[in-house]
Parts: sequence; structure tokens; C-alpha cells
Amino acid sequence: MNPFIRIRAIAAKELLQLKRDKMTFGMIVMIPLIQLLLFGYAINTNVRHLPVGVVDYSQSALSRVLVQTIGATQVVRFTQQYSNLPEAEAAIASAEVRAVLIIPSDVSQRLVRNPSVGMGSPSATDAETSRPVAQWLVDGSDTIVAGAIKGLRGMPLVELLDKPSNRKTPTFEVTLLYNPEQRTVVNIVPGLAAVILTMTMIMFTSAAIVRERERGNMEMLITTPVRPIELMIGKIVPYVFIGAIQVAIILGLGKLLFNVPINGNLMQLALATLLFITASLTLGLIISTIAKNQLQSMQMTIFVLLPSILLSGFMFPYEGMPQAAQYIAETLPATHFMRLIRGVVLKDVEVINMAGDMYWLALFTLGGLAIASIRFKKRLD
Amino acid sequence: MSHTTPEYAIKAEQLSRRFGDSLAVQKLDLEVEKGRIYGFLGPNGCGKTTTIRMLTGLLKPSAGKVHVLGFSLPEDAEKLRLRIGYMTQKFSLYDDLTVLENLKFIASIYGLTARQQKQRIAELLSIYGLQAKSKQLAGSMSGGQRQRLSLAAATLHKPELLFLDEPTSAVDPENRREFWEQLFDLSDQGTSILVSTHYMDEAERCHKLAILENGIKRADGSPDELMQQMGASVVEISSDELRQLKQTLTELPEVISAAQLGARLRVLVKDSVTDPIGFLSPHVSTNAEDQLSLVRPSLEDVFVTCTGSGRERV
Repeated sequence: MNPFIRIRAIAAKELLQLKRDKMTFGMIVMIPLIQLLLFGYAINTNVRHLPVGVVDYSQSALSRVLVQTIGATQVVRFTQQYSNLPEAEAAIASAEVRAVLIIPSDVSQRLVRNPSVGMGSPSATDAETSRPVAQWLVDGSDTIVAGAIKGLRGMPLVELLDKPSNRKTPTFEVTLLYNPEQRTVVNIVPGLAAVILTMTMIMFTSAAIVRERERGNMEMLITTPVRPIELMIGKIVPYVFIGAIQVAIILGLGKLLFNVPINGNLMQLALATLLFITASLTLGLIISTIAKNQLQSMQMTIFVLLPSILLSGFMFPYEGMPQAAQYIAETLPATHFMRLIRGVVLKDVEVINMAGDMYWLALFTLGGLAIASIRFKKRLD
Repeated sequence: MSHTTPEYAIKAEQLSRRFGDSLAVQKLDLEVEKGRIYGFLGPNGCGKTTTIRMLTGLLKPSAGKVHVLGFSLPEDAEKLRLRIGYMTQKFSLYDDLTVLENLKFIASIYGLTARQQKQRIAELLSIYGLQAKSKQLAGSMSGGQRQRLSLAAATLHKPELLFLDEPTSAVDPENRREFWEQLFDLSDQGTSILVSTHYMDEAERCHKLAILENGIKRADGSPDELMQQMGASVVEISSDELRQLKQTLTELPEVISAAQLGARLRVLVKDSVTDPIGFLSPHVSTNAEDQLSLVRPSLEDVFVTCTGSGRERV
């Protein structure tokens, strides 16, 4: 008997059931659409307009100009004035402001002696001359916020004195490839494709076998001559197309709304995406053969989903993680696809040059199908 | 084992199944002849479904041997699949597919080509009177319609042996009669059928039946044989004071059971009593209208006698 007839029958049945389930059917389009809009606009690691306060012990014209100059960088926005340090610290603790600028009473002396201003030529190692102009107290618990304020450390101050600055020669020249404008959204959109696919693909199939059991169809299904592997393949085939539609929505809208370039070859992109979709679907199938009901399958999906978001390199650089976490991340299909899709979409890499990631996804799919088929018993005991 | 042509569709020896500490089926011997309708009669929880699941290869027996259509189970379960049909107790087709979609799905799974499918499905829709409903979702149909759809699906691939697990439990009497007509048609065409039920009238229609209780086979044979070999006589008594009379009679050791049927009391008396009427008369009040008569036993009497549940019944 022809296994393709049976696989097609199961795939057709899944599609029909999906079509009748209006809510789920809508989710196929709505999940990528809304999440892309939301995260594309919302996630930004370039921090701007942080609310900060000032404690001005100098109360001079210079201190006011200093505050204005800092405000002009748009990194911070001065919203509060405090008269003393304890008040300022309390304001940071209560999250009224993220940082406080403390301007000492001798700010003008400090400024004129500051080496960056270049009034005289005293040695910069001199404790007297290397005193900073003012001090920032920062809520350092959020490292991104702290980093933004730290970026102000080397801020040029010469405009205050209307004098040419001491030219500083950078140690390194830095050229930013692929995302020269440093827009976060360029990195987020392809990554979002990986996260959304992980979520929807695993979710769809993790319920696949469990649902047959819960609705009482299993007893009929296992009395038929259908083979486990045919059932598994038939269950994932429809979702391959759905996954492809979702990627198209995300990357298409990403280009349209956020101007995220698609530099790579579409065939290369399709190849990598196809492998990732099948890997995620088989992961869902394995969950489905373990879970006893749909609630359990949902819990297991989330168990896989969170590391796929947090460890895959979507939010935090892979290289920043300790070795052990990197090993865990390497087992997740999302980590490999994160590299592949960013590589193809942003850098126009050929997937053959990232063969390791491709092999892992292929291996994961085949291994997953085998495990799910073996775990699926055509018996009730 | 090699596939020979056995005279029995089903042959089971000392079949047992344990779930944890409880024995669902105990040392069941079973011989089902080909081309016959064989019934399992018993109350809920007596092991009917468990037995059927073992005979279809869905459950592994804890002990015992099973041969179905010459295949030994559970090893050859996969080879058996194409030759048996199974209608589950609960509706197990897809509620969110239409009648036609369900049948097409089953047909493809059994490997029918498009042309065969079309022909066979049209045939089944007409046999089971579902043409008008073919575009309706299975979940929105009545119990009787769903049962006919289930039977159509179970017989789609023309199985030699059909298992029906309480097929009429969600169906009204009118539909039950029709359903049995359809079973006899199938039987006429040579299909062997094993059907479980807890209705006496249905059991009486079977060629042969086994009475199950607590996973143990209490009796088997054709309905007539069972009634003849019951080991008890049945006396019906008409009286005004039946409730009182029932109390008195059930306390006698020779009386197996007494059950009220409207204005009559149906009393089962052990065979050891040679003259049941003479034996019962003294206990019945001397009222002139009271009558005692020996009647033909029914299957329910057989059931009560051999399951021993009669005395506890009200």
C-alpha cells in the first residue's frame, strides 16, 4: 500500500480541522503580525531620554550651562532638582529618576583645569588636574541604563568655554558592517522570525497527538493500518506551509515598515527556514507523545520556548553566556536558526558556509521524527 | 505463525488482563465461528471492552493465547488491521469533519484509490441512509446518525471480522432495530461479527453469546441452549400483594430470584424442585384470583441465574 496516500490523507485532515478552528487559523496570521509590530517598535537597546535629576552645589551660570549641554545629547532628560545627596539617593531608589548629576561647588575650577579643555599643559596624572568636573550617581542595577550614562564620561566640554578642543586620537578605528546606523530593529526582525516560528510550530504539533487522544479519536486511528512514521509526517506537512507563510509575513513587513534589508538569496533563506520549521515541528511531536493532555503539552512548549528566546542569541549575545549555557543553547534549533537567518538576511551568507548549523537542524529533524515514531505506540497500554 | 484457514474467526485460551491489582478479564476461553454474530452480554465494567481491545490488538493480554483470523496476537496485530473493523464504544471519528470527509479519510488510510473510494463511499452512504447528511459535520448529528456513520467507517474496507463495542448504547429503539437489520445483512454477506451489549433483546438476536461478569465468563452458547440449560424453572404469579410475596419467596433457598413485572411476579426456582408450582403454591395467599403458571424462560432469566446477581437485585 502506498504510504503517500496515507500521509496525504492525514495532512488533508489536519488542514481541514485547522480551517474549521477559526481562532487557531487566525493566530497563524495575527501572531507574527502583531508581535512584529509590537517588538519592532518597542524593543530598542539605544537608550534615550532617561529621566535624571541634578544636585547643584555650585549654583553658577556654568553649572546651568553644563546641565543644558548634557541635556542636548538627548541621552538624558533633567526632570528633577534636589537640594542634597540623601534626597537624590531616595529618588533613585524610588525609581523617580534613573541617575543624578552632582555638581560640586568648585565646578568652574575643576573645569578649567580639566586636561580635555587644554588650558595649560599639566600632566594628566596629576591628582589635582585629573579631577572630574562632576559626578553621576546611577541606578546601576540595569546594565543598559548604566552603560548609557557611562557613555557620557568622555563627553567633550569645550563648547562651554568657547575654545577649540584638544584633539584626541582614537586607539582604534571601528567600521560597523551590516548595520552601520546601529538600529536595533535590524537585529530584532530576523530574530523575531526565529522566535515566532519556535513558538507557533512547537505549539501546533505539541497538541497534535494529544488532541487525538483527548477527543477520543486515538482508538479509531490505531486500529487502522496507518504507520507511526506516516502519522508523524502527515501531521507536520501542513504546518511547514504555515511556517513559511509566517516567515514571509515577518520579513516582508520588516522590510516594508522597518526598512530591514533582505540582502541574502531567497532560495538560501527558504532552505534554512524549511529545515528550522521541520526541526521545530518534530520537537513539538516529541512533546506530543510525552504529554498526557493539552495542558501538559502547553507547559512543555513553554519550557522549550523560554530558553529559545533567552539563550538563542535573540536578546543577549550568545558569546556572553558561560560555556555550559552555550552547550545548552547549541542543542536548541532556535540558536542555529538565529545565526542562519541573520546571516542570510543581513549578511548575504550562503548557507553552505554555515553547514554546521544546517546539519544540526537536519539531524534534529530526522532524530526527532524517529524518536516520536518510536515513542508512538499503536496500543492503549 | 503461518496463515492457515481456521474454522474459527476468534480463538482465545485462558485470556487474562490485569490492571494494577484488579483483574479485568480472567481466564477467558472463547471460540467464535466464522460468519456468525457472537454476543458479549454483561453489565458495565464486566470486561467486555477490555476483551475486545485484546482481540483487536490494542491491549496486550497479561496471560493467555489469542488467534484472530489465524493471526496470533499481539505479535501480528499490524497484519490483522486490514482485515478487521472496529466500532468503538464512544464515537471516535472526527466531530469537526463532515460525514464525507470522515469517510474519505478512512478510505485513504485503508489505501483505497480515488475511484474505489468514490464508489464505496456512495454505496455506504446509501446503505446507511446518510446521503442527505454527507455535508454535515459529524459532531452535529444525532446519536443514531453518528452510529450509522461509525458502522459505515468500520465496514468501509470490507473487513472479514467486525468488532462492535456497545454499538447501540446511544440510540433509540427504532434505530436499534434498523441497526440490527444491517448487522444481519453484513452477517449474510459472510462477515463475522462480535458485538457487546447490555441489552437482553439484542443478546437474544445473536447466534451465540457469552455472559460475562467481573471479567469471568459465566456461560456461553446459543440463546436457546442457554435457556434450556439454565437449571431453573420460571413461574409467574399474579397476586395483589406482590411486594410482601416477593419478600417471603426470596428468603427460600430454592428460589433464585423474584422480580416484579407489573401485576405479576416472575420467580426463578432451582431445577432441583421437580414441581415448582406445587412448591410455591403454599406460600401464595389463598386468594381465588391468584394464579401460578409455568412460563418459557427468557435470556434475562438466564442472565440472572448464571451471574448470581439475582438475590441482591430489588
